[in-house]
Amino acid sequence: MTRKHRRLVIVLVGLLLVGGAAALVLMALRENIIFFHAPSDIAADPPAAGRAIRLGGIVEEGSLERQADGLTVRFRVSDFAHAIPVVYKGILPDLFREGQGVVAEGAMGEDGLFQASEVLAKHDENYMPPEVADALKKAGRWQHYKDGAGGDGAGEESSY
Amino acid sequence: MIAELGHFALTLALVVAVVQGIVPLLGAWRGRPNWMAVAEPAALLQLALVAGAFGALTIAYVTSDFTVANVVRNSHSAKPMLYKVAGVWGNHEGSMLLWVLILAIYGSAVALFGGNLPPTLKARVLSVQAWIAVGFLSFSLFTSNPFERVFPAPLDGRDLNPLLQDPGLAIHPPMLYLGYVGFSMAFSFAVAALIEGRVDAAWARWVRPWTLVAWCFLGAGIALGSWWAYYELGWGGWWFWDPVENVSFMPWLSGTALLHSAIVVERRGALKAWTILLAIVTFSLSLIGTFIVRSGLLTSVHAFATDPERGLFILALLTITIGGSLLLYAWRAPTLKGGGLFAPVSREGGLMLNNLLLSVACGTVFIGTMSPLFLEAFGHKISVGVPYYNITFVPIIGPLVAVMAVGPFLAWKRADLAGVLSRLKFVGLVSFLAGLGVYLLAGGGGVLAAVALTLALWLFLGTLLEWSDRVKLLRARPAESWRRIKGLPRAAHGMTLAHLGLAVAIAGMVGAAFWKQESIALLRPGESLTLGGYEFLLEGVSEARGPNYMAQRGRFRVTRDGELVALLSPEKRVYPVQNMPTTEAAILSTPLRDLYTVIGDPDGTGAYTVRIYIEPLVPWLWFGAGLMVLGGLVSLSDRRLRVGAPARRPVASRKVARA
Repeated sequence: MTRKHRRLVIVLVGLLLVGGAAALVLMALRENIIFFHAPSDIAADPPAAGRAIRLGGIVEEGSLERQADGLTVRFRVSDFAHAIPVVYKGILPDLFREGQGVVAEGAMGEDGLFQASEVLAKHDENYMPPEVADALKKAGRWQHYKDGAGGDGAGEESSY
Repeated sequence: MIAELGHFALTLALVVAVVQGIVPLLGAWRGRPNWMAVAEPAALLQLALVAGAFGALTIAYVTSDFTVANVVRNSHSAKPMLYKVAGVWGNHEGSMLLWVLILAIYGSAVALFGGNLPPTLKARVLSVQAWIAVGFLSFSLFTSNPFERVFPAPLDGRDLNPLLQDPGLAIHPPMLYLGYVGFSMAFSFAVAALIEGRVDAAWARWVRPWTLVAWCFLGAGIALGSWWAYYELGWGGWWFWDPVENVSFMPWLSGTALLHSAIVVERRGALKAWTILLAIVTFSLSLIGTFIVRSGLLTSVHAFATDPERGLFILALLTITIGGSLLLYAWRAPTLKGGGLFAPVSREGGLMLNNLLLSVACGTVFIGTMSPLFLEAFGHKISVGVPYYNITFVPIIGPLVAVMAVGPFLAWKRADLAGVLSRLKFVGLVSFLAGLGVYLLAGGGGVLAAVALTLALWLFLGTLLEWSDRVKLLRARPAESWRRIKGLPRAAHGMTLAHLGLAVAIAGMVGAAFWKQESIALLRPGESLTLGGYEFLLEGVSEARGPNYMAQRGRFRVTRDGELVALLSPEKRVYPVQNMPTTEAAILSTPLRDLYTVIGDPDGTGAYTVRIYIEPLVPWLWFGAGLMVLGGLVSLSDRRLRVGAPARRPVASRKVARA
């Protein structure tokens, strides 16, 4: 086995592996990329029902209600321009609060209700998911959130 | 006063680092021994100064000196002492200081124990280390000074994030950093070797122990972090493919590849350029691991700093370090002479395949972790879900585990694959039957779980077989076997332990992934819930009080067939200073499964949301990780790898080069 021969074998095995992995990666990325949507995005261009997305915004004040089974919760995620109703079954993260930023993963149902499979926890009181901050800025409501500490008047603005 | 002393010491350390980065390098170039000799005392002085600064910050924390802004932001007088100390590195500025301190410790370890290094190599290694220190000391001083004062001083601090107030997490960052920064040694040796234009067996023998040290710490750090996430976050999961987990996992993967490729350099003189590249890549990934999450570029729990100035500084540092070393590599690597020849089926070939698979696996994690960052540049906000990693990472690691059992049987240069496989056929048969049994008997797992367990058992038994063959277990007299066990190099025992550890850990992962049971319910005191044959009776919920928190403590009486198994007390805590609730799960670990209980919020009518998990084999995960780290440590105690022991023997290296 000469040096050249060995190199050829190594390169071939390497190419095979890298090629296989690249195919896997492309396939996986096509199916498992989860796009982030703000409530306004969904209002403007509703994503296909059942397609996994992330929804981020502020939990609207006074919108949290617990269903009779005690486990299912409903709330509305708002960017102060639009609000999307969300339903979720399970324990909410420790730092889930009305008037605070939240990111929910799940899919839109046929009925316009966002079925959350996961509600993402923040790990810090003051931490605002950057996507949510951007979404608020885009909706022109960032200052509104900062000034009002996320609270005032969120309810009357929902236009969903 | 103490804070100013700390600040001053840190500034002096930067000056010393600049000197250490220039003078020995020039000395090595011009052949001036007295210039090269500057490196050693400079490295020790740098350690003393950085340690002084670190000590000053620690004193400020321990004495709750609220004139220091950093202490105000991250400490509180009522916090237990352990977390006052841990608070030093529980924030951006302090953790940078810890990073630099560990860098200085490694640097002075070379100065102290590198007695046998050729003087030019030693001078260059220490200079490269000093340049890294210059970069991060200036980052610390100019953008993240931990010693800033506040005036007027507040009465009390704002406390440390309660999630971080946990013994596991108190030692998690130092472990992780000892790992990350430990790879700086491999990096410095690689860059120094590129400057010298020479890599030989002795070089590999110096690099391996450092890599091994870093690998052990990083592994322990990752395992600790995962364990923390498991019991502290209350979700019953131990790995979420979160960016911050991924960035610590990537250097571990490439570091594992580096450990194995360095063996080929040491024993056969081959794969030199590749090994150098791996060393550079591993440390680059460590840097990315420490800083990308910090810079706020990736959404993560650990994003301390979202200050754009810091982000730019970090980006510049990463570009210079990674880009510069890769340029140097492109320029100098072709001058490295190729090593011994080997057939594709050989120990070298096996280790090469290991490297390929690990690198490709690392690449898929990299793409998954970084693609949100790249796509954001085009205006898309995305995240990459767990299924991505299941589809890409797992199919690459599967074959790796399959060949891992075979690799150690292969002879150097040219191996007889048919012969090796025939020795393994019994192991293969047993593993296959066991997998089949799992598939048929234990419902719910499906084919994937059975295949994964087959692979784990195959690796476990194959590794045991290789070890017992080498010591002639049961085939020679016990005394003879014992003599062989003692005679076998420690590194061989270490390899066996680490490979066994991986097999055990895989079994744990499979158990948790496929047979986990979960139940969420609303319980009133006196009501119970049955899951997996266990009955969980909520006896009551009471108020409890800790040093800096209040808690609601649930009491679960867990029984199986009427017999008491355990009393578990999960808590829901509130830390008033930050007004932050945390969940404290109560877990009973048994050899086969964990019983995991969480108590949630009351519903207002006297009932509580509770969550129960039954997590099969999870304890094996921690045990397996422990075995792997132990394997690394045992290997480290090998005489051949003892730091500084090997002298460069020109005869040996020439022989390898000619072979």
